[in-house]
Amino acid sequence: MTPEERTEYLARQKARTRVIGLALASLAVLFYVLTFVRM
Amino acid sequence: MTITPATHPMPTEWRDFFALTKPRVMSLVIFTGLCGLLAAPGDIHPVIGFITVLCIAAGAGGAASLNQWWEADIDAKMKRTAARPLPAGRMQRSDARDFGFLLCGFSVMILGLAVHWLAAIILAISIVYYAVIYTIWLKPRTPQNIVIGGGAGAFPPVIGWVAVTDEITLMPVLLFAIIFFWTPPHFWALALFVQSDYAKAGIPMLPVVKGEAATRRQILAYSVILLPVAVAPWIIGGTGAVYGVVALALSAVFLAFSIPVARRRRAETDAMLPEKRLFGYSIIYLFALFAALVADRLLARIGVFA
Repeated sequence: MTPEERTEYLARQKARTRVIGLALASLAVLFYVLTFVRM
Repeated sequence: MTITPATHPMPTEWRDFFALTKPRVMSLVIFTGLCGLLAAPGDIHPVIGFITVLCIAAGAGGAASLNQWWEADIDAKMKRTAARPLPAGRMQRSDARDFGFLLCGFSVMILGLAVHWLAAIILAISIVYYAVIYTIWLKPRTPQNIVIGGGAGAFPPVIGWVAVTDEITLMPVLLFAIIFFWTPPHFWALALFVQSDYAKAGIPMLPVVKGEAATRRQILAYSVILLPVAVAPWIIGGTGAVYGVVALALSAVFLAFSIPVARRRRAETDAMLPEKRLFGYSIIYLFALFAALVADRLLARIGVFA
C-alpha cells in the first residue's frame, strides 16, 4: 500500500467511525427521550 | 503492522452506504409518510411522529439497499444506474446486503416497539413487497412489473396514518390507491425515454415488450383512473373542499399532459419533450397533492373551511 493509499484508507476509516458514532449517539438520545414520552 | 490492499480492501465510504438507500426516492417516501401522519385524525406526540418517519425512511432505505444488492448486475448494464456503488465496484456486494437487512430489521423492530405493531407489520409487508415481490419476482418477469410494484411505494402514507389511528380505514386505503395509480404513468413516461437502457439490461418494461403504442395507451388509461381516485377522499368526506378542488385541478392537468403523450408517436431525433414534461409534472403532482391533503387538515383544525 502506497503512502497515498494508506492516507486515503485511514481517512475513510475515520469518516466511517465518526458517522457510525454519530448515528449511535443519536439513537441513544432518541431512546432516552422515548422512555419519557412512553411513560 | 503493514496494511496491504490484498488483505485490507479500501473501506467503503459512508457516502456510498447513503447512496444505497436511494435518497431521492426516499425524500418522496418521507414526504408521503409524513403527510399520512399529519393528515390522520387524532394526535401523535412529536417524538413518536419523528420515530415513525425515521422508521419509514430506514425501512425504505433498507429495501432500496436490498434492491441494489440483488440488481447489481442489471444496474451495471444501464447508463442511468452504472455509477451506483455496487456496479461501480466501490462496495462489496455482501456489505450492501448486510446493510439492507440491518436497516430493515431495525426499522420494523423500532416502529413496533415505539409506535404500533400494526404500523410495523405494514412496514414489514412493504419491505417484502419491494425487495422480494417486486425486485426478485416481478420485475424480471412481467411487463406489468411497475403496476404491481407500484404498491410498494404506496405504503408510506398508510404507515403514517396507522401510526396515529392504529386502524386501517377507507382513507389510508385511498391514499394507497392514489400512489398505486400514479406510479404506472410516472414510470412509463420515464421508461419511454430510457427504454434502450432497459432493453440492454433485459428488463421487460412495457415499452420494450408491448411497444410504445400500448404503453402510451396505458399511460392515458391510468391517468384517467387517477382523477376520480385522487378526488375520492373529498367525495367520501375524508377531506374538505380545499383538498378536493386542488386534487381536481392537479389531476386535470395530469390528464392534459398525458393526452399528447398518448396521441403522439416517436419521430426520428425525437427529444421526447411531452414524455419528459409528464414525468417531471408527475413528481410535482404527488408532492402538491399530499401537501394539499395536509393543508386541508390543518385548515380544518384551525376552523377555516371546516
